[in-house]
Amino acid sequence: MTKQVQQLDRVIIRFAGDSGDGMQLTGDRFTAETASFGNDLSTLPNFPAEIRAPAGTLPGVSSFQLHFADHDILTPGDAPNVLVAMNPAALKANLSDLPRGADIIANADEFTKRNLQKVGYDVNPLEDESLAEWRLHSVPLTSLTVKALEEFDISKKDAERAKNMFALGLLSWLYGRPVEATIKFIETKFAKKPAIAKSNVAAFNAGYNYGETTEAFSVSYEIKPAPLSAGVYRNISGNQALALGLVAASVQSKLPLFLGSYPITPASDILHELSKHKRFGIRTFQAEDEIAGVGAALGAAFGGALGVTTTSGPGVALKAETVGLAVTTELPLIVVDVQRAGPSTGMPTKTEQTDLLMALFGRNGESPVPVIAPATPSDCFDAAVEAARIAIKYRTPVMLLSDGYLANGSEPWKVPSQAELPDISVPYTTEPNGDDGTTFLPFKRDAETLARPWAIPGTPGLEHRIGGIEKADGTGNISYDPNNHDLMVRLRQAKIDGIDVPDLEVDDPDGDARVLVLGWGSTYGPIAAAARRVRRGGGKVAQAHLRHLNPFPKNIGEVLKSYDKVLLPEINLGQLALLLRAKYLVDIISYNRVRGLPFKAEELAGVIQEVIDSE
Amino acid sequence: MSESLNGKGLALVPKAEGKQTLKDFKSDQEVRWCPGCGDYAILAAVQSFMPELGIKRENTVFVSGIGCSSRFPYYMNTYGFHSIHGRAPAIATGLAASRPDLSVWVITGDGDALSIGGNHLIHALRRNVNLNILLFNNRIYGLTKGQYSPTSEVGKITKSTPMGSLDKPFNPISLAVGAEAGFVARTIDSDRKHLHSVLREAAAHRGTSLVEIYQNCNIFNDNAFEDLKDPEKRDVITLRLEHGQPIANATQAVRLAPTGGLEVVARDSISPEEILVHDVHNPDPSLAFALSRLDEPAFQHVPIGIFRSVDRPSYDHLMSEQLEMAVAQRGPGDLDELLQGGDTWKIN
Repeated sequence: MTKQVQQLDRVIIRFAGDSGDGMQLTGDRFTAETASFGNDLSTLPNFPAEIRAPAGTLPGVSSFQLHFADHDILTPGDAPNVLVAMNPAALKANLSDLPRGADIIANADEFTKRNLQKVGYDVNPLEDESLAEWRLHSVPLTSLTVKALEEFDISKKDAERAKNMFALGLLSWLYGRPVEATIKFIETKFAKKPAIAKSNVAAFNAGYNYGETTEAFSVSYEIKPAPLSAGVYRNISGNQALALGLVAASVQSKLPLFLGSYPITPASDILHELSKHKRFGIRTFQAEDEIAGVGAALGAAFGGALGVTTTSGPGVALKAETVGLAVTTELPLIVVDVQRAGPSTGMPTKTEQTDLLMALFGRNGESPVPVIAPATPSDCFDAAVEAARIAIKYRTPVMLLSDGYLANGSEPWKVPSQAELPDISVPYTTEPNGDDGTTFLPFKRDAETLARPWAIPGTPGLEHRIGGIEKADGTGNISYDPNNHDLMVRLRQAKIDGIDVPDLEVDDPDGDARVLVLGWGSTYGPIAAAARRVRRGGGKVAQAHLRHLNPFPKNIGEVLKSYDKVLLPEINLGQLALLLRAKYLVDIISYNRVRGLPFKAEELAGVIQEVIDSE
Repeated sequence: MSESLNGKGLALVPKAEGKQTLKDFKSDQEVRWCPGCGDYAILAAVQSFMPELGIKRENTVFVSGIGCSSRFPYYMNTYGFHSIHGRAPAIATGLAASRPDLSVWVITGDGDALSIGGNHLIHALRRNVNLNILLFNNRIYGLTKGQYSPTSEVGKITKSTPMGSLDKPFNPISLAVGAEAGFVARTIDSDRKHLHSVLREAAAHRGTSLVEIYQNCNIFNDNAFEDLKDPEKRDVITLRLEHGQPIANATQAVRLAPTGGLEVVARDSISPEEILVHDVHNPDPSLAFALSRLDEPAFQHVPIGIFRSVDRPSYDHLMSEQLEMAVAQRGPGDLDELLQGGDTWKIN
């Protein structure tokens, strides 16, 4: 039977199953195949905080969504074209996101009476007509896998566990994915358990062959590679990119990196990644708590290291006092906040942009801190280098606001060469700076940057003491002088206000839009995709995205005032809008959803269009 | 390799070229403790001790938290970091772990180290970073003007406890031994000679050393250690700990108790062979812990000196070794190679 091959320009697949079913791994592998095939792609893992929630229940459903295309795409996609449902819970939890006509590939073996009951199905939805509006492929994935692995000397349980590889094989056939890398991956992953390695490869191949031979699938699809610009690419998640950005910052600043960190979702992967790169002289310190993590990083910075701490919102709350100490002692420090849904523990694995005001103001006293937010997973690399540049040049703590969506999402990244990266090194101070040529004034500032000298222990003649108590301008000695305090408060503020930040760029293809849609951080993808949709429909909208939240680009007031309307979608209750309204007296139109999920492009396109129509 | 640094806390710190004096270590800042404070004696003792180490002054760092004692770094003409409440061990850990060429001293008090910073203290001790922690214990909160502290005796009447404090105090030595600190000692502000001898050993220890210094707060808790200073009483209640020597004074002696712990008995009631001989290097912390309990109930018999001095590899050294091993195994990091690692593909 020769099967038909249909051309598609893009596909959104969602793999969904129990948190023990290996859906994240399946999604990762499909992504890797897709990346190496040359499609543009964007991913959205979505999983519960519980490591193994009760099997077969709705809270235990883990999913991985992948959007891939023959052209440049910006988001993991709004609604899946294909849902792979490994059990009834996965079907039930995801069906409402699935547009009519989409494909459902369901593991029929798991639709048992007991599993159906667990999620409140009275009748098996694979057998009644309730899914008639979708294209249902009911496939006994488990039993097909077990059958394919009959001849292997493995337990039935191990055979059943390979069903995700069977599903991956099937999907790989369906979308014409290259399979060699996955086979190699399985062999490496289970190198110490050859029987498991072989059986998983066999399950993967069986799934692939099943697609090719069965009549259940009459069509396979081809999505041509996307015309990306020339270069070397790799698929990268935000956390990975951020970690590599920190390594690059260490190399490009010629400073040894010291990471003080305490494990926290969704930031721990940065600690894991950096811990692998000791041959770059990177010291990673898993501290006893969040406070010790930032404390050790600051201590290392006093000693001349590039001090970094990585955490999420609750950790930032705990680190606040130490960040204040870094502000007043004017030492370089990078604080990475991979934001998650709050307050308190909130929803640890879900995304949010709700820490902006905490990053800016969550400390006692006048305590200005530069804030930078990456826009996409791969942009986390550049944002890390930029955070380090500012921290070192201005001797200040810098907040880097990533979030759960960027951290776990991935996209192809055009890998830069070291030669393209900026040199961000700043030499330590080694000579006295007093007018008499012998004294050292630890708080005598650089005339241009207002940064104070960074003289590290081991430098003869520059012995000095710093601390949290207010310091006299110049000498750094303890001072309770009212006018000195006022001066120091203003100097610290002026230093941050004077940081060189690139101008805000506006994307307005026709140049005559009257509505500006503004964003910051991880909303870039959905906002840009929404703006494209609106423009395709004939609407005129300008788009701008803020990377520097403190200080703002110098031209931002001018940009805001040059549009009739400014729309600002945020995954919070309007934190950036509050700042812009206060600072620039612009009547920002906020659009806020705080659902722990990224915006959908379609949703934002509708909001933008509404604002345009209300003109 | 790690073992080669045992007993050489300053092995990696550059040596001073010329001879140093007390004056070299005095900063130009006016000392602002209350007149009569025990901190003056400790400052003078430390300033006069530092030249003895013969290390470069610029490679010496004093780190402190918050409290009266934590002003200490301002008065030392070395590098110094007066940080925030309780966090000095954490900050010093980052500094010492990334700079093995520094001699790092943490100055802390009973509130700073045992209350707000208790977590950092025990973890520094178990990790064994190359730090010297000087814990000034005056059994009261001084800087906040006289509330009881985690080492105040039960029933302490203070501003915050007008009917007496309810919580049982920490014994800093017991806590440190319990955390398996490698070096644990106790000394007293008024005995400079003893203080020097303990500091000498603490500096020589590679890893975290904890030195409890009984320190008098003459404003809020005056004479807290008076019995240990009173010429008539001190020799009766003090038990000097010296390695290889019987733990005893003229009237009291320590022996193994039938309960498994230690007990203090009249010296003339037992034979000399029964007196416990002090072994600071005993890897088992049990006897050191039992010794730390002898001052309960308070101040009938107080061991002074080094309770425990046991070598194990320091954290900073192990960390450096891992970096060296990573380079030895796979060569120094190459950024281009790292960035282009993983599954890459090329578009022409």
